[in-house]
Amino acid sequence: MNLAEKVVEITIASYLELIDVVTLSADHLSKLSDFDDEEQYRVNLAVRESVANAIEHGNKHDRKKTVEVCFTLTARFLKVVIRDHGAGFDPQALPDPLDPENLLNPAGRGILYMRSFMDEVDLIRHPDGGMQITMVKARNLTPTATPVVEGTQDATGN
Amino acid sequence: MQLEISERQIGSIIILDLRGKITIGDGSNKLRDTVNRLLEIGDREIILNFAETSYLDSSGIGELISRHTTTKNQGGHLKLLNLPKKIRDLLTVTKLLGVFETFDDEQAAIMSFGIIGVVPPQLH
Repeated sequence: MNLAEKVVEITIASYLELIDVVTLSADHLSKLSDFDDEEQYRVNLAVRESVANAIEHGNKHDRKKTVEVCFTLTARFLKVVIRDHGAGFDPQALPDPLDPENLLNPAGRGILYMRSFMDEVDLIRHPDGGMQITMVKARNLTPTATPVVEGTQDATGN
Repeated sequence: MQLEISERQIGSIIILDLRGKITIGDGSNKLRDTVNRLLEIGDREIILNFAETSYLDSSGIGELISRHTTTKNQGGHLKLLNLPKKIRDLLTVTKLLGVFETFDDEQAAIMSFGIIGVVPPQLH
């Protein structure tokens, strides 16, 4: 680990009421990132959506399965990695929520919000099972410094 | 802050003042149950007032769509009032802003139902 990095790792059981434990950390790290109110809200929402998806669609509310979250704050960006232990899915196979046929579908907008509100979003099937989402938001101090997301990292950033 | 909902009635119109978060779990469920209860007793002209709503996630957005569809299918209308910018942005990103009738003025929202005999309280 780079000594200049601030890393926060959180593991929660699959309870929706624990999502706030993760978003509180997201809020704190957003403040440390000097994100403005709008950016803090967007990071919060993207993290909430990803953790909610992990609990609901990934782990299917199985309380024995965990959701692992790793925040990494560097001088250039805030990165969040979220992993569940479900069956995984093919992101390309998801219906497009902007398709007029799907517009009134009550579900299926979480990933769209993540992609809209973060600079980079990468979804992969984890080699050991489950889905892993990596999201990056560049800090305003160095807006061109967004890194290429490496999809093979696990939730601990290794 | 968990979602709190208070009701006001003006003529045949019900205004639900929403306070707090509408997120996956309790918030979305509370909104669903409240609107469904109104529909069950025949109240089909409903305004959701978001003036004190601080947060909505995709589950909350989904609940709005579901209640909009259910109300419409029963011959009613569900209209949105005082959308904060953040929530308006969420609807814009997902191309849903045009699906709902939205208002920034409560009297305009009330009068949009065009129901004879409804007099906004300010005119009494």
